[in-house]
Amino acid sequence: MAYSDKVLDHYNRPRNVGSLDKNSHDVGTGMVGAPECGDVMKLQVKVNPETGIIEDAKFKTFGCGSAIASSSLATEWLKGKTVDQALEIKNTDIVNELSLPPVKIHCSVLAEDAIKAAIGDYKKKQQVTAKAETVAVQ
Amino acid sequence: MKLPIYMDNHATTPTDPRVFDAMKPYFTDVFGNAASRNHSFGWEAEEAVEKARKQIADLIGATPKEIVFTSGATESNNLALKGIAEMYAERGNHIITQVIEHKAVLDTCKRLEKNGVRITYLPVRQDGLIDLDQLRAAITDKTILISIMYANNEIGVVQPVKDIAKIAKERGVLFHTDAVQAVGKIPVNVIADGIDVLSLSGHKLYGPKGVGALYVRRRNPRVQITAQMDGGGHERGMRSGTLNVPGIVGLGAACEIARREMAEETKRLSFLRDKLQDKLTQELDEVYINGSLEHRLPNNLNISFAYVEGESLLMGINDIAVSSGSACTSATLEPSYVLKALGAGDDLAHSSIRFGIGRFNTEEEVDYVADKVIDVVRKLRELSPLYEMAKEGVDLSKVVWAAH
Ligand SMILES: Cc1ncc(COP(=O)(O)O)c(C=O)c1O
Repeated sequence: MAYSDKVLDHYNRPRNVGSLDKNSHDVGTGMVGAPECGDVMKLQVKVNPETGIIEDAKFKTFGCGSAIASSSLATEWLKGKTVDQALEIKNTDIVNELSLPPVKIHCSVLAEDAIKAAIGDYKKKQQVTAKAETVAVQ
Repeated sequence: MKLPIYMDNHATTPTDPRVFDAMKPYFTDVFGNAASRNHSFGWEAEEAVEKARKQIADLIGATPKEIVFTSGATESNNLALKGIAEMYAERGNHIITQVIEHKAVLDTCKRLEKNGVRITYLPVRQDGLIDLDQLRAAITDKTILISIMYANNEIGVVQPVKDIAKIAKERGVLFHTDAVQAVGKIPVNVIADGIDVLSLSGHKLYGPKGVGALYVRRRNPRVQITAQMDGGGHERGMRSGTLNVPGIVGLGAACEIARREMAEETKRLSFLRDKLQDKLTQELDEVYINGSLEHRLPNNLNISFAYVEGESLLMGINDIAVSSGSACTSATLEPSYVLKALGAGDDLAHSSIRFGIGRFNTEEEVDYVADKVIDVVRKLRELSPLYEMAKEGVDLSKVVWAAH
């Protein structure tokens, strides 16, 4: 199968590879997929709690080239977006940007899921923190 | 050294230039129909075919009359299984095979099942070999045939063919073997091994594509096969169709070269394979070799690089032609059924690469391949959340994955 230039570019020069401190309260972590399915994506966002803007995003992916490219692209797109804007990223946007063939659409779905999971994790942490603060005030 | 490097010699092999030279005259000069009995064009073609028949027979310890030419091993396997099922239908309707056969056997069995034949698919052990006790236990008085491949095309494991043949003989059951990957690579002898029917293919032993043969034993026992192709009654009625003379000449020449050079070639290939294996296993942690190391073709290495997905690895070594058992590289989006059958877990199937070293690979190429693979595996592990978790001491088998 031939890969699109953009997939090759992300595969050869993946953006934002790495890990953020998953225990930090301003970091949201999403881990989706399963090894026996052949792909696992870990996507992390670091959000400024004041502004709600994603200041950093990192990923690590076990999966085919298209899965790597999808998650690499996702981190690029996430940076600078607000948490709510991030949730608007659709897998079809990734498919179009990377020219993914039909058999690779699941990679983009996984990337969207990873974004949602990371943001969800961040939001949950904020609620917990908020609750803790309310408790402290009382 | 020229790039890309071809190291996928279980899929196919290049035609040896000596084989090609032998074939050339039979396209344009000696173009006769081997079945033309009344002129020299036919006689010359027939002579060439009979020479090839002997070259093939000599390689596997058969007699020329026991060789039936086909279009390849897919046809040979179809002819063997369907032809025996039909011919021996009155004696029984049960065939025993195994789960890691090539699709040419498995799908033929599925077809036969639709026609009322009962098929037992034996599992394999973790090393890829069948369990002989399970084979014995599977035989019933309705069993007419055992079909077990000589060597596997993915993991290169060599089945205990002699033991299987002995069991078959004791129970009066015929034994067919798909020996496509074994013939010309390791010694195969139908007498010493006790094989009744054997499939082989030209393009796996440096011969041309589209030609193969079926060995059908003529004595002790005399095996009969119902033809599956109707027509002019060629090949003693077992396979009609004008013979592919250049292809057959090529197959014969390839067998002759294999017979003469096998001992030397095996030494060279196993040296190269071992070198590749040693480099990869010494430089990288958590690599697993799939299938028995002891009972294995000299040129095969099937290896899983844990925490790295196979297709992404192939992408990184795109100047090297090898295969992966990863789902992403297959049309079905399922990881290799052969690796799954070993029970090592789907994740290792997704991480597997098959190296098939061949006659034309050099040591320099093997070194290049090893270095490149090591480099790319390291890079991809830097990218792998699984490798990171494993390094942190997380037991991945206990993680609840958000599977999609
Ligand atoms: C074990 C085995 N059997 C059968 C075949 C089919 O052979 P052919 O390509 O000659 O039809 C192959 C090759 O793909 C093989 O590896």
